[in-house]
Amino acid sequence: MKMHGGLQEMLVRKGAEASLFLEEWQGNQVILKHRIPKKYRHPQIDGRIRSYRTLHESQLLHEAKVAGVPTPVIFSVDLHESKILMEFIEGPRVKELLITLSLEARTLLCRQIGRMIGCLHKNHIIHGDLTTSNMILTGDGRVVFLDFGLGEKTAALESRGVDLHLMKRAFQSTHFRIAETCFAAILEGYVDVLGKILANRVVKKIREIELRGRYISGRSEHEH
Amino acid sequence: MQTAKSKQVCLGIETTADDFGVGILDFEGNVLSNVSNAFIPDRGGIHPREAARHHAVVAGDVISLAIQKANIWTEDIAVVAFSQGPGLGPCLRTGATAARALAAYCEVPLVGVNHCIAHIEIGKLTTEAQDPVTLYVSGGNTMVSAFDAGRYRVFGETLDIAVGNCLDVFAREVGLRSDGVPLGAVVEQLSRRGKEFLDLPYSVKGMDLSFSGLLTAAISLYRKGTVDLENLCYSLQETVFSMLAEVTERALAHVEKREVLLTGGVAANKRLQEMLKAVADEHDSLFCGVPKEYALDNGAMIAWTGILKFKEGLTTPLAESFVRLKWRLDDEDARWAARNVG
Ligand SMILES: Nc1ncnc2c1ncn2[C@@H]1O[C@H](COP(=O)(O)OP(=O)(O)OP(=O)(O)O)[C@@H](O)[C@H]1O
Ligand SMILES: Nc1ncnc2c1ncn2[C@@H]1O[C@H](COP(=O)(O)OP(=O)(O)O)[C@@H](O)[C@H]1O
Ligand SMILES: [Mg+2]
Repeated sequence: MKMHGGLQEMLVRKGAEASLFLEEWQGNQVILKHRIPKKYRHPQIDGRIRSYRTLHESQLLHEAKVAGVPTPVIFSVDLHESKILMEFIEGPRVKELLITLSLEARTLLCRQIGRMIGCLHKNHIIHGDLTTSNMILTGDGRVVFLDFGLGEKTAALESRGVDLHLMKRAFQSTHFRIAETCFAAILEGYVDVLGKILANRVVKKIREIELRGRYISGRSEHEH
Repeated sequence: MQTAKSKQVCLGIETTADDFGVGILDFEGNVLSNVSNAFIPDRGGIHPREAARHHAVVAGDVISLAIQKANIWTEDIAVVAFSQGPGLGPCLRTGATAARALAAYCEVPLVGVNHCIAHIEIGKLTTEAQDPVTLYVSGGNTMVSAFDAGRYRVFGETLDIAVGNCLDVFAREVGLRSDGVPLGAVVEQLSRRGKEFLDLPYSVKGMDLSFSGLLTAAISLYRKGTVDLENLCYSLQETVFSMLAEVTERALAHVEKREVLLTGGVAANKRLQEMLKAVADEHDSLFCGVPKEYALDNGAMIAWTGILKFKEGLTTPLAESFVRLKWRLDDEDARWAARNVG
């Protein structure tokens, strides 16, 4: 990596979008997130997506922190190369952690996650990719949220509904055996922060999103 | 000439939308016949009731033709399968009625099949994929799925309209004619001559997608009259397929499978095939493109899935053979598919 050349670096993860390197920087362990170019898409789309998401992610990581949701500290951003240098968060990802927990501990953790999502939404932040691989539990018991590249700033009910719908589906596809209890606990935490009235409107929206007959409404909307 | 022990075959009926398809396969997975008769509306999209009327009229002939082409006797039919959903109500009901009648006549069990699962199963049979991440893209569906712990799971899907629908509506709105070729193919041809890329909204949410904003933007760009249609088709395709490639890549990275299966009507598109192949390559996975005959809605896929379920003892009693308009693929215990996984 040119940006912080010369230091020891290690590929920790090759995600779908980005490669992540663990480096040493000014005596700290840091993560370098590099959104790599994709050869399969048009260079204009590729460039636009990578720099837009890099900028967006760094801004939202900061705004989320201000809203009281733990996120890694940003050290530097390189829009040209689509790189973000951020604090290394130590701890297991919720994805791997969840199955090791008792029902009680799991429920508590999910409620905490729900409260954090509530904080984000209350502050008009949409995460955009709520999955359990984008959350790390630290030694001091905080859930740190990562990966805001698909996020947006809006208070729209639809966006909030989609955000939680994605969380729910992530549970259904990855943690199907415990999906229901986990998501119920997430909603409890969410209600705690957003209040019953607003939260209920979001819950209704989720149901609407789920019930949207993709097959039929998709066709009839545009064709009759 | 029949031997003493007759062959065992499954006859499958597909009627979720505009096609009335009948396929016959033997239990080893050999396709003996695969016949289809499409309802072609005078104009615009599908009209469910008219399509259903068409299906009812042609049902007898298509079934006879399939039996004749397969060179079997009705006594060889060991099981009758039908698409039980998801799909358009009137069309599904016509198929279910025909299937019930045929099963009763042959005195054999009935198997209701999920249309989306059938697309995956015939894709696996015809490409020899074992355990793929599937991108299924058609006029009515857009989803990324993979098998995990006993079921096909949905990792991503459209939040509004299907990608084939998006291409078709765009084509119609800008005045393209089909003349028998699918509208998506007309857009593909024009896009080959496009040179300049025009910015269009790109909308990926997690592993879900949204196309309606993009569609509206593309149509209004055209109506301004300042852009070249070839460039617009090119840009629309590049944008839409990049979105599909991205969510497929996300799912692939997430579930860590080694195969990417592409199916549905839109899978005929060369540019989309090329992009998905590149995604597969990047993750050391094999790209499996389903041949067109089996990527479009067809009876063979229903018959094959019917066989897989029947072999597991999963038949559908008459009382449960009602159609399921919004039947999701993760609603069904797909234990037959567990065999290849691992
Ligand atoms: N070369 C192509 N490029 C893009 N789209 C194409 C191409 N060929 C066909 N299509 C699109 O495929 C769609 C038809 O697919 P298919 O026959 O599988 O349809 P369907 O009846 O909508 O299926 P389903 O019931 O599975 O949703 C149409 O939207 C058509 O425009
Ligand atoms: N600051 C961080 N500290 C520790 N681990 C991280 C950090 N950022 C990312 N990771 C790890 O890398 C993975 C992928 O990072 P993420 O930002 O989610 O990228 P992607 O968009 O590719 O999913 C995460 O699931 C997490 O395990
Ligand atoms: Mg991530």
